[in-house]
Amino acid sequence: MTPLGHPSDAPHSRARLVVVGNGMAAMRTVEEMLATAPQRYDITVFGAEPHGNYNRILLSSVLAGEKRIADITLHAPEWYAANGIDLRAGDPVVSIDRAHRVVRSQGGAEVGYDRLLIATGSNPVVLPVPGHTLDGVVAFRAISDVERMIAAAREACRAVVIGGGLLGLEAANGLLQQGMKVSVVHHIDMLMERQLDKSASTLLQQALEAKGIRFVMSARTAQIVGDDRVSAVRFEDGREVAADLVVMTAGVRPNIELARQAGLHCERGIVVDDALQTSDPHIYAVGECVQHRGATFGLVAPIWDQARVCGAQLAGVDVAPYEQKSTATRLKVTGVNLFSAGDFKGGPGTEDMVLRDPRRAVYKRLVLERDRMIGAVLFGDVDDGAWYADLIRNQTDISRLRGYLLFGQTLCESKAA
Amino acid sequence: MRTTCPYCGVGCGVRATRSADGRIVIAGDEDHPANRGRLCVKGSALAETTGLEGRLLHPKMRACGGGALHAASWSEALDAVASGFRRVIEQHGPDAVAFYVSGQLLTEDYYVANKLMKGYIGSANIDTNSRLCMSSSVAGHKRAFGEDLVPLCYEDLELADLIVLVGSNTAWCHPVLFQRIVKAKAARPALQVVVIDPRRTATCELADLHLPLASGTDVWLFNGLLAFLADRGVADATFINDHTVGHAQALEVARSGTQGVQGAFDLEHYAGRCNVDPQTLLAFYRMYARTERVITVYSMGVNQSSAGTDKVNSIINCHLQTGRIGKPGMGPFSFTGQPNAMGGREVGGLANMLAAHMELDNPRHRSLVQGFWGSPTIADRPGLKAVELFEAIEAGRVKAIWIMCTNPVVSMPDSNQVKRALQRCELVVSSDCMEHTDTHAFAHVLLPALGWGEKNGTVTNSERRISRQRPLLDAPGEGRPDWQIVCDVARRMGYAGFDFAHPFDVFDEHARLSAWGNVPHERDGGNGTREEGDDGGGANGASRVFNLTGLIGLGRAGYDALQPVQWPVRTFDDGTPRGTERLLSDLRFSHPDGKARFIATAPRSPVYAIDCDYPLTLNTGRVRDQWHTMSRTGKSATLASHVAEAFVDMHPDDASRSGVREGELARVSTRWGSMLARVQMGGGMSRGSVFVPIHWNDQVASDARVGAVVNPAVCPVSGEPEFKHTPVRIEPFECAWYGFTLSRAEPALEGIAYWTRIQGKANVRYELAGREPIGDYGDWARRLLGVDDPNADLPEYIDRHAGVYRAVHVREGRIESCVFISARPESSSRAWLAGLFAKDALDADERLGLLVGEPLFSGADTGPTVCACFGVGRTTICAAIREQGLTSAAQITASLKAGSNCGSCLPELKKLLAETESTTLVAS
Repeated sequence: MTPLGHPSDAPHSRARLVVVGNGMAAMRTVEEMLATAPQRYDITVFGAEPHGNYNRILLSSVLAGEKRIADITLHAPEWYAANGIDLRAGDPVVSIDRAHRVVRSQGGAEVGYDRLLIATGSNPVVLPVPGHTLDGVVAFRAISDVERMIAAAREACRAVVIGGGLLGLEAANGLLQQGMKVSVVHHIDMLMERQLDKSASTLLQQALEAKGIRFVMSARTAQIVGDDRVSAVRFEDGREVAADLVVMTAGVRPNIELARQAGLHCERGIVVDDALQTSDPHIYAVGECVQHRGATFGLVAPIWDQARVCGAQLAGVDVAPYEQKSTATRLKVTGVNLFSAGDFKGGPGTEDMVLRDPRRAVYKRLVLERDRMIGAVLFGDVDDGAWYADLIRNQTDISRLRGYLLFGQTLCESKAA
Repeated sequence: MRTTCPYCGVGCGVRATRSADGRIVIAGDEDHPANRGRLCVKGSALAETTGLEGRLLHPKMRACGGGALHAASWSEALDAVASGFRRVIEQHGPDAVAFYVSGQLLTEDYYVANKLMKGYIGSANIDTNSRLCMSSSVAGHKRAFGEDLVPLCYEDLELADLIVLVGSNTAWCHPVLFQRIVKAKAARPALQVVVIDPRRTATCELADLHLPLASGTDVWLFNGLLAFLADRGVADATFINDHTVGHAQALEVARSGTQGVQGAFDLEHYAGRCNVDPQTLLAFYRMYARTERVITVYSMGVNQSSAGTDKVNSIINCHLQTGRIGKPGMGPFSFTGQPNAMGGREVGGLANMLAAHMELDNPRHRSLVQGFWGSPTIADRPGLKAVELFEAIEAGRVKAIWIMCTNPVVSMPDSNQVKRALQRCELVVSSDCMEHTDTHAFAHVLLPALGWGEKNGTVTNSERRISRQRPLLDAPGEGRPDWQIVCDVARRMGYAGFDFAHPFDVFDEHARLSAWGNVPHERDGGNGTREEGDDGGGANGASRVFNLTGLIGLGRAGYDALQPVQWPVRTFDDGTPRGTERLLSDLRFSHPDGKARFIATAPRSPVYAIDCDYPLTLNTGRVRDQWHTMSRTGKSATLASHVAEAFVDMHPDDASRSGVREGELARVSTRWGSMLARVQMGGGMSRGSVFVPIHWNDQVASDARVGAVVNPAVCPVSGEPEFKHTPVRIEPFECAWYGFTLSRAEPALEGIAYWTRIQGKANVRYELAGREPIGDYGDWARRLLGVDDPNADLPEYIDRHAGVYRAVHVREGRIESCVFISARPESSSRAWLAGLFAKDALDADERLGLLVGEPLFSGADTGPTVCACFGVGRTTICAAIREQGLTSAAQITASLKAGSNCGSCLPELKKLLAETESTTLVAS
């Protein structure tokens, strides 16, 4: 893959890089680029939120009161200034003129680019049920959402979280820590079904119930009830749960509106190639807004990989193409240790290894295929999660480790030594 | 308390004391001449075997027509035995009843049983498990010497210059004597040791020469020796002329079949027959030829043969030809297997003996004994020997049997025949100290007898030394001594002559009988001629070497204080007992003419030869740390740790030809039956020969009774079975899984194809194997381990594809049980898991190691997790900071990956950097 030549037709002394989005993916890409080509671009960053870049993954820790906003800030305004970056926080880009290579912001700014990086992330899915616009219905995406939830927790006591996935459970835990009575509503009978198997899901539910979270399983939301403010959530089967706050965590969707309007090739996400380049060679995209080889992304590890490749591309450095690797998930709920990686569903040709220790609330399952690990689900004892993730990513032959594999890296290495 | 070990025929003195907390402490008796303070591992573990688990503590009876055994009073049980025997005798005659007794009985027990059967019931149908052990030695002694005499004493082992161990794994079966030989050889390296055994046993470690002869060819080997010695002129012509009969004929038979000219020694011929290297054989022959002080020790490998008596005599022939007998440091030496095999011989507790070394077929002897006893009758012909006895029971000729202190369903050859026999026997009585034995499944009346530590009486060891077994424990439950049980029954049968109050009274009568009519030979300086038919002692006498004159009238106190003493026992001038170290020093033998007999021993093959269906030869024997059917030694965790399971030891070539692999299970089949055993290859077996231990039985294993596969052929002279040679086939026993369980309580073994029970400390272990795959592991394990509570603390490990499953049941922090299974023989450490049962609580590391089945090494602790994404612990991070001199979070990340994913640990990394830096500064 050949980076485009230096944009010599530009009237500026340096090429112009415009970044649409001020999140983790965007800034990691810029950092990667700056690490090798600090002088290459004049850089302008537009962000929808009025902050510097922060660690969105840790919003649940802020909600849980374990961290403050300052703790999760990754790049303060001084950093932008120090790196000569023109930060336009709180002023989202509203259109891209690809013909003239100019972006236009909500605030009316127009900035021309030689290279454009789109990192618009994703939008929470808001169930289009009656009442979804009522006051007291929030998503869980941005600092503002967290602020609203914390504010709500001061005044009200009953929260309903719609969606028993990773984000929903972290939100539920956070609200619980804020002193609310929390119910989690999930449309099927197992939590985090995309990351867990049935056993781990059951253990997780038990652990969260023990913390005080209530669950309404196999419940499809029919309506958010309330006059001007939310008062309850009603399900298709007629059941109802009273609510002062409803948090929608029913999944996310890549935010591709801007790209689509600009005429870039989009499907579920902005389609990029192995260089993270969109259908327009001057435009790159990274993060949760992209679609690479059919996949979209919600976890941080692959996005760091994208940022590394894309940053090198922007810096004009040769780099191995972006390659998807299996990803690992970890739930950040204090006292609940949970890890999953790879393909843990199993199926024909796969082999399972299971360790259950209910009294210690430990469950571990590894999925193997032809002497390689392809998946892992860990509950309770997740110390070896990263090692398993490595074994999965590196396709390590584990046949000689098999007898000790479930007991972890340290024992395996001592046995191999 | 000074007493005697109840295991092998060495007869070691034991000092048993009770500590303040009531525990029994065992030590060797430094003053006992047999062992001088030494004990083997079995003897040392005696304290572990005196517990009451599994003991028969009350009489039990089975209702007519079967059903379960139920408790009965002594009175009911004794009446049932007495009336049952009386009824059978009245209807079918005295030969329709029998006693089958034991070399474990004390002399006093043996004495009254023999008296009851031969003098009152009037049959000689009393035989003993010693028939299976040393009856060939008895017969050989009687043929050669005219009486059952062991001429040597243990001290001779230290005086010899050559010790030939034939068919004796002395190291394992008579460990204390072996240690005496080891010590003697260390002190005097000129002492040569030769081992003649098809197996390369542990005893061979001491051997200067090992002759791995083909099973059953001993007579060839000693005939060859006799011929070789004669050919080289190694013969004591004077001794042969003056003191023996039959030399020429024996030599001729020994030489017959050799291809050379008459008289010319043909080494290749004998070596070929024995399948040993000719030069090795020659080396042995030469060693024997040039060494005057030679002892030939022989044991079960010689005795347990269809040619057992001939083997014994072929050995004695060589000693007679060289005159190497009756002098210190030389002679043939039978090591007996049981603690009181010798005592049984002395009282005549075998079907072809009378009492006190007198003969059934000698009218004068019969009349002497009957007169002494004042008994209503006296048996006048030999009774049924063990194998014949059980055949007669199956045939319905014997209808009532009283088994004392032995377990024939395990120990007899063709023991399935014994099952069939007992199944159809009208009355089966068993006096025993254990409640559950393979034999008791067929018993109608169980009588609780005493065990070691409770019994009071005497035993005789392999060197004729009489020692006391003294009680250190009270009789448990309603248990009674065997002599008393026999006397109780005898009285209820209406017989006088059984009113003994104490074992001393029995012993005293036994001693008096030994002297009764026992007029010493006139010692005439070696001429020794007497009228044929005159066996000494004049017209009414019966001269025997066996004589306990010096032990008559000891009184209770004297009996209790009796010091170990070798018979014959006379008295010193001051009246104290004077024992006899060596016999035959006067070169006078007990045959009427005073001369020893050479026996012409024509070699013959074992009765059953190998063929295509049964291509290998089965040899059986003991292992080091178990005794007989394990009812005592099986209780000891210490003893179980040496060999845990029945095994079949074989040469690797035979194993691969049989399609079996080491560590897996094999079916061991013969024409008579089959059993299962674990395949082993480490025992130095020669090609064509396999070895299976004798101990395991239905109480401790699902299918490991070697008796079921052993052929029932016997020596025609001694009646001793051919345990050492059965044609056998070894086949794989395909298993879907192998495993083991350890538990505090007994597991539920229903439906498990293979199991062996192994006693541990605070646990019992079972080795397991199954032929059917296990469906639901969890359900299966809960059933096995008896875990009903669905919320039980039961961690599990499942690798179904590899066939691996493990579960451990923990209760209140303590390990309760566990099961480990695998598609291949499970190699997890049983020792570590077993050791956890000794603990009241598991620590955290132990808990973590449970499903690994082994200890997690120290240093496994990485500390509390700091970077959860990559599982990096605090200890690991601090170590890296110190060791690599890291100064920034980025460096930690570069080194350990910590912090490179979600980054939530970066503050903690920085904190750790600061902390580690400050401690380093302080330290420097």
